[in-house]
Amino acid sequence: MKPRRVSIEINGETYEREIEPRLLLSDFIRHEAGLTGTHVGCEHGVCGACTVQMDREPVRSCLMLAVQADGHSLRTVESLADANGTLHPLQQAFHESHALQCGFCTPGFLMSIEPMLAEARDFDETQIRELLAGNLCRCTGYQNIVTATELAANRMSGAEPA
Amino acid sequence: MYYDCAEEESHAVKPPPFDYKDPRSLEEAVSLLSEHGEEGKVLAGGQSLVPLLNFRLAQPSVIVDVNRVEELSYLRRRDGRLQIGALCRQARLEQSPVAHEGWGLLGDALKLVAHPQIRNRGTVGGSAAHADPAAELPVALSCLDARFKARSTRGERTIDASDFFVTHLTTTLEPDELLVEVEVPALPERTGHAFEEYSRRHGDFALGGAAVLYTKNGGDTCSEARIALLGAADTPLRAREAEAALRGNRLDEELAAEAARIATRDIEPTGDIHGSSQYRKRLIEAMVRRALVKAAA
Repeated sequence: MKPRRVSIEINGETYEREIEPRLLLSDFIRHEAGLTGTHVGCEHGVCGACTVQMDREPVRSCLMLAVQADGHSLRTVESLADANGTLHPLQQAFHESHALQCGFCTPGFLMSIEPMLAEARDFDETQIRELLAGNLCRCTGYQNIVTATELAANRMSGAEPA
Repeated sequence: MYYDCAEEESHAVKPPPFDYKDPRSLEEAVSLLSEHGEEGKVLAGGQSLVPLLNFRLAQPSVIVDVNRVEELSYLRRRDGRLQIGALCRQARLEQSPVAHEGWGLLGDALKLVAHPQIRNRGTVGGSAAHADPAAELPVALSCLDARFKARSTRGERTIDASDFFVTHLTTTLEPDELLVEVEVPALPERTGHAFEEYSRRHGDFALGGAAVLYTKNGGDTCSEARIALLGAADTPLRAREAEAALRGNRLDEELAAEAARIATRDIEPTGDIHGSSQYRKRLIEAMVRRALVKAAA
């Protein structure tokens, strides 16, 4: 159970730490990097709250060991808004469409949807719901999350004014 | 148990302690398994193993993480056969043309495997070696008569799908063996495919399902049919008697219903709070019937 030295890039910043191999990536992100935007819900891959992007692909950070991300590049919800606080179009659409109540699940939804926004422009509602199916929300009933996803996809493609 | 969150360095570490090995080559991986196979566990995509570690239901003393054995992540056609390196991610196979053109049953099945976030990490070999009888890939691979290549320091062997799955979460792989490739034979011309299942929510494990490959000869009669059942037993189950009943005949609704009845006549699925054994039996029968009609269309 020797500690391992890892170097993990998160949102453009490199975090070098000595960690136990059994440390989960979700816990590395929250406790070692101090990025608490990534939420931890079920910790067995069901709820999707901890979804982050590794090399641009959405993955469950509770189902990876931090050592497995050594040398990889991650993005978390903190990367979405501008440095001056301007929301990402997807966040703005969530805000306007009331696509959240308590907000616990929101970072996972955002990180799951964001890489698919360009494609989602041509999705019908069923396809959007399939895109969202890996994330659980207990507040909204999903309707407004579907609406927000459609709105953001249309805005990013220029089909709808921001 | 009291847990002092204020104490520095005290992070909520969920998995039990283990020795972590991450080999960079196949040779190194099998040599580690030869050394630690009995007390060790192979970590591939981790989408089933890591939850078990988080719950401490699995407590291996050594983890052999094969994710950096890049030589196992290939996906290629060779002599008409599809060769899937054990580390090939499910999402990569799903997005590949081979899962739609040559071996569409794999595409049908992969769409039903959990969610995209899971398929981005989950591997084809990992799902096969985990051998969950409610998982889609083992059922599809059983229907496709896939062959499983295992490597150890003792050599390599190839195992037919009918011998590979032994029981719930158990394959014929020895502790020192690593699954290195899943090979799928070419399908005859005019073969239709369908994977039907019922789950309570999209992406959940299904209560029951069926994979079908249906080959027609020139005159639209069936020259070969393959049926594999999901959730019917402790392994994927081929319905050989029903397959034989279809051969040489032309499928209509009556024959589809009869074949589905034969396919499920002797099964005894395990019932639970989500569905009794009898309910699941009828459900699987309906899935076989639907898949047959779809594959033969």
